[in-house]
Amino acid sequence: MLLSIRSLTKTFPGTLALDGVDFDLRAGEVHALLGENGAGKSTLIKCLTGAYRRDGGTVALEGAQIDPRSTVEAQDLGIGTVYQEVNLLPNLTVAQNLMFGREPRRFGLIDARATRSEARAMLRQYGLDLDVDRDLGSYSVAIQQIIAIARAVALSGKVLILDEPTASLDAAEVQMVFDVVRGLRDRGLGIVFVSHFLDQVFDLTDRVTVLRNGRRITTLDTADLDRVQLIEHMLGRALEDAVGDAAADGAGSVRPELLSFQGFGRRGVIEPFDLSVGQGEVVGLAGLLGSGRTETAELMFGVRPAQTGKAHDANGQLDLSNPRAAIAQGFGFAPEDRKTDGIVPDLSIRENIILGLQAQRGWARPIPRAEQNRLADDYIRRLDIRTSGREKPIGELSGGNQQKAVLARWLAMNPRFLILDEPTRGIDVGAHAEILRLIRELTDAGMSVLVISSEIDELVAVADRVIVVRDRRHVAELKGTRLGGDEIMRAIADSGEVA
Amino acid sequence: MNTRALPLYATIAIFLIAYLLCWLQFPNILSTRVIGNLLTDNAYLGIVAVGMTLVILSGGIDLSVGSVIAFSGVFIAVMLRDTGLHPLVVFAILLAITTAFGAAMGFLIDRLAMPAFIVTLAGMFLARGAAYMLSIDSVPIQHPFFKTLQSAYYLMPGKGRLTLIGVLMILTVVAGMIIAHRTRFGLSVYALGGGEQTARLMGVRQGRTTMLVYGFSGLMAGLSGIVFSVYTGSGYSLATVGTELTAIAAVVIGGTLLSGGAGYMFGTLVGVLTMGLIQTYIVFDGSLSSWWTKIVIGILLLVFILLQKGLLKLSRTRLA
Repeated sequence: MLLSIRSLTKTFPGTLALDGVDFDLRAGEVHALLGENGAGKSTLIKCLTGAYRRDGGTVALEGAQIDPRSTVEAQDLGIGTVYQEVNLLPNLTVAQNLMFGREPRRFGLIDARATRSEARAMLRQYGLDLDVDRDLGSYSVAIQQIIAIARAVALSGKVLILDEPTASLDAAEVQMVFDVVRGLRDRGLGIVFVSHFLDQVFDLTDRVTVLRNGRRITTLDTADLDRVQLIEHMLGRALEDAVGDAAADGAGSVRPELLSFQGFGRRGVIEPFDLSVGQGEVVGLAGLLGSGRTETAELMFGVRPAQTGKAHDANGQLDLSNPRAAIAQGFGFAPEDRKTDGIVPDLSIRENIILGLQAQRGWARPIPRAEQNRLADDYIRRLDIRTSGREKPIGELSGGNQQKAVLARWLAMNPRFLILDEPTRGIDVGAHAEILRLIRELTDAGMSVLVISSEIDELVAVADRVIVVRDRRHVAELKGTRLGGDEIMRAIADSGEVA
Repeated sequence: MNTRALPLYATIAIFLIAYLLCWLQFPNILSTRVIGNLLTDNAYLGIVAVGMTLVILSGGIDLSVGSVIAFSGVFIAVMLRDTGLHPLVVFAILLAITTAFGAAMGFLIDRLAMPAFIVTLAGMFLARGAAYMLSIDSVPIQHPFFKTLQSAYYLMPGKGRLTLIGVLMILTVVAGMIIAHRTRFGLSVYALGGGEQTARLMGVRQGRTTMLVYGFSGLMAGLSGIVFSVYTGSGYSLATVGTELTAIAAVVIGGTLLSGGAGYMFGTLVGVLTMGLIQTYIVFDGSLSSWWTKIVIGILLLVFILLQKGLLKLSRTRLA
């Protein structure tokens, strides 16, 4: 056994992140580490790479006990890591990055020629023939990722940890990186592979270990595993319960109209579109990245005011010229990039939740602290936000729980129309299903929701009606029996004839 | 071709074109006399800019250097006036002080995780204040050794004087080039400027590197102070106010990215000479106010910042 971990334990204030986890890694295997956000994957990895010190348990590498105190020490022991974000320097050349810290020297000075030729030789092992004198930043992310792998292997050479290395790669690039990983496996390295993409796990790995809530659930051979079984292990419950059959209910039923947009558009952003939203309806917005999905939402919310068209409700025309006006009309908008646009990471969950409501009331009328506490506790309970308390900085929560807190902020303001841009981006399967269920609950209570998503199955599951956006135009509207994954896909790919 | 070398080529091109234009109007400007003076007059600036380049490459800034130069001048003048020490001994003491001063600032920046701007701003006031403590008035330096230093030059063909301090500046730039481009320390500096977090993960010892960078800048400021005292023959606590900003301007005109991580030591020399050339042109012209130097430098700075922004955009779109 190359690496063997026994009863690994790690606690953080208020949470037991790892609870007696066992994990084995053989030489010459790719071993997937799976689990929802907050299951303990990253904690386990950080204990291995020396970023965290463990509180209990043993880690043995080739039979010898190890306890690395820093990433550099772990590297020297033989454990190298490649992260989701390429952790190399884009401002240095490829050769400088590969050889950093161990450049060949002559008379105390770096021998640039020898550095280059060694770097070239290293890359040739991976079938890459690059100009090593070019800046790293001028190569694609896939190439950078392979260079990062090459460096990690050269420095450590026994265990390679890949922490979501494919998150920002397209399919062909993923295969390129996988070929490299397979080559390393055949050379006898032990590889730990963390990913949210189950297809990739089935494609690449030999064994799978599933973590849930800081415990090891199971370790299985990938070949003996089917997808449903794997998801059940990860979630600890059957998937069907989680999503429900929203599309079937919504089909055909006529809802009273809440809002209608006519000829809403802005030059160079999105062509004028008509859209009506019913009371308690979930409208989905499908399309590729950059097709005009987010832009549609931004126009509706006044982030970028519309140049043409009008918006009405039952009482007349609405002013949507800026987000403040839109909020006053009872609109809410949870943007796509939660980290930069949604949360204030250093503020507590309570402060993040009351932020919108307080802004609406004006700073002259502060919400009493007791009221704040009540609101925060209420939403933490209702949305099942997993935290050790309402005063925890929101940046310390997992992605899914952060997203729930952002939702809570809007719910506290009690909007009639809520826009959610990629509400499930970057969160795990379990939280994913919970958020979809939450959307249904809200609309059952009469709220109308617009959901933007690149996951077609998610839209089919949650939306009553799906608008397809392509090339900055609304090209199709699908509902009832026509609302299905294949139809949406065809509309995104094809011309407007579907509509 | 690497886009990061483009600002350097642009700097060199601008310098050559500017020189050509000056030469068309005043053919005398291409004489060894003018070139010799260009080196001599800008020696102190060139030396301090070498230290500043390393600091900026690491992603920092050093606002203290102008005050440190003034302090150095006063320190040398007062020591030579009040003690019997040989100037070389005084120089050694001074360089030890300024290097330690810089390293101490580097230590604070790293340990307290404070912005370099604030720490070196405090250093700027400290050093200027220390200079006032030594003497408020300008102190002339009469030591015979200084006369020797001032009159040490090599007569180039065409009667141009290649002075000791001019040569010292060139040597400093060469040393700076070797340190920045040919040592692991230099590469660590680029790494820090490229991203602290990543640099640490790649094994850069951040605390040590930061201390060395600011210590080096302090050393260069002290050396620049010595050169300035030789150049002016006196020490004055009000001298070289704002020189830190001129040095930063020279570094940026020399093609170094103000956010750190990209640039060349040689570019800084060209930046210094470009600024010197503008000054020389104004002297040749005779009718222009010397404030035109500032205006041209301001325009040049703006052009370079825009150029760097443009290049950054270019490399981003190429990636996408």
